[in-house]
Amino acid sequence: MSVKQISIFLENKPGKMCEMTDVLAANKINMRALSLAETDGFGIVRIIVDDVYEATTVLKDAGYINKLTSVVVVELPDVPGGLNQVLKVFAENRVNLEYIYALSAETSTEKAYMVFRVDDHKSAEAALTKAGIRVITQEEIAAL
Amino acid sequence: MERYFQKEIECASRDEIVAIQNKKLVEQVKHVWEHVPYYRKKMEEKGVTPEDIKTIDDLHKLPFLSKYDLRDAYPYGLLGVPLKDCVRIHSTSGTTGKRVVAFYTQEDIDLWDDCCARALMAAGATEEDVCQVSYGFGLFTGGAGLNGGSHKVGCLTIPMSSGNTERQIMFIQDLSATIICCTPSYAAYLGESMKEMGLGPDDIPLKAGIFGAEAWSEEMRREIEKTLGIKAYDIYGLTELSGPGVAFECSAQSGMHINEDHFIAEIIDPVTEEVLPDGSQGELVFTAIDKKAFPMMRYRTRDICTLHREKCPCGRTHVKMEKPKGRSDDMLIIRGVNVFPSQIETVLLEHGYQANYQIIVGRVNNTDTLDVHVEMTPEMFTDNVTEITRRQNELVAGLKSMLGIKAKVTLVAPKSITRSEGKAVRVIDNRKI
Repeated sequence: MSVKQISIFLENKPGKMCEMTDVLAANKINMRALSLAETDGFGIVRIIVDDVYEATTVLKDAGYINKLTSVVVVELPDVPGGLNQVLKVFAENRVNLEYIYALSAETSTEKAYMVFRVDDHKSAEAALTKAGIRVITQEEIAAL
Repeated sequence: MERYFQKEIECASRDEIVAIQNKKLVEQVKHVWEHVPYYRKKMEEKGVTPEDIKTIDDLHKLPFLSKYDLRDAYPYGLLGVPLKDCVRIHSTSGTTGKRVVAFYTQEDIDLWDDCCARALMAAGATEEDVCQVSYGFGLFTGGAGLNGGSHKVGCLTIPMSSGNTERQIMFIQDLSATIICCTPSYAAYLGESMKEMGLGPDDIPLKAGIFGAEAWSEEMRREIEKTLGIKAYDIYGLTELSGPGVAFECSAQSGMHINEDHFIAEIIDPVTEEVLPDGSQGELVFTAIDKKAFPMMRYRTRDICTLHREKCPCGRTHVKMEKPKGRSDDMLIIRGVNVFPSQIETVLLEHGYQANYQIIVGRVNNTDTLDVHVEMTPEMFTDNVTEITRRQNELVAGLKSMLGIKAKVTLVAPKSITRSEGKAVRVIDNRKI
């Protein structure tokens, strides 16, 4: 059920991010979510896209090292306490979070979408489903 | 089965080798005294005449030649025969100062080709083989030397030269090349390019490679052997002494046999210039005892290594030299510590990185800085910043324990370090001293 996130190695230098998004733009790849982790020497860009296969292929051809990682994408009500509800499920089920970022959806203004990288995505997804929280699949990403 | 190009001489007894060296040395000293005024003057200054040189035990009496002499005497000052008797020149890459121009008579080229043929046959070459020479052709000695040697063995020779990697791989496949000769960094690059094209070692017929002209480590050898599916042999030489083939590796892969019937090797203390006993580490010095056009006497190579005379399982009796620790020219002195690029390469490969690196030396507030740029690889990349940083710190610790000084490690994008198709540029020294 998990969604594939693409992680890309970039040097931490002016223009490097732009060079990478040039490749995505030229190949008409739409990013739905993006997060950047940086150190003083390098950065890792994490993206969720509509077409994972196409994106990894064009990135590899352009010389970018990238890896796929499983993440959990969750739909939550865009109201105060919305995120808190999801985090409670994780806390109760001892799921450890590595990082979180937001995903933008075009179809809804009432719903928010968050991307979670957790230590065990399978048990996280099971716990969320049990708590009645909607987990988004890879196929649904393009339609959001 | 071990193969030899000139078994009688390659496996001669110590007495026979010494007898050849004695005879050739005496003749060579006379030749130089009579035909090379530059060296005669050096001998006279040292109070040595040809009569003082009766055997190789008298070799230490002769004056040294160094790169500085080659520059002083440029271009004809060390020529030993009339120009009309010379048939070719070769020249060094000359990154600093004047290039070295070396001259050859036809006989000089013949004996050089013999040396390369010995190296090829020690790597298993026969007339059945197809030998792709991917060293540069031209002033550089690599291409011409191995090309000549390959002809002598009777291999079908592909005088490929360096560059155009896809065409290199196409020829290896289409013409079934079994032996390749190039620089080790180019061999590694070929391996990488093959991987990118989705080709593995089983997709090419290569079985052996002869790699030289730059320093490389054991780890790099193993990496090349794995990606190309071959046995990788080292070869040593320098333009001043003809080119590749002064020494070459046999199947034992434990040092290179010096062609002692053409070159006498000594190890000296680079500071006191004293001759050191076999087994000591020091600067390698060569005397070419039968090359006539460019007769180098006690030439200081700047290479730091050790000589070994233990019996070799291959049957060859010629002395073996260890892989040079690096040219003393390549050696960096950083915060007072001697650092060779080959040491850094060893640590990188031990830690799972490729040998694609660049060493950047600088000086901040009168203290030297050492920054090693290493290319990220798909194998070493993960989504986990903590993990990458942990590996980076392990590398820093590994470098510290190898070099004795702290180096900064910067991970850079793949292929961002300029690839060489000849010799690799490993060091950028920004210190203004």
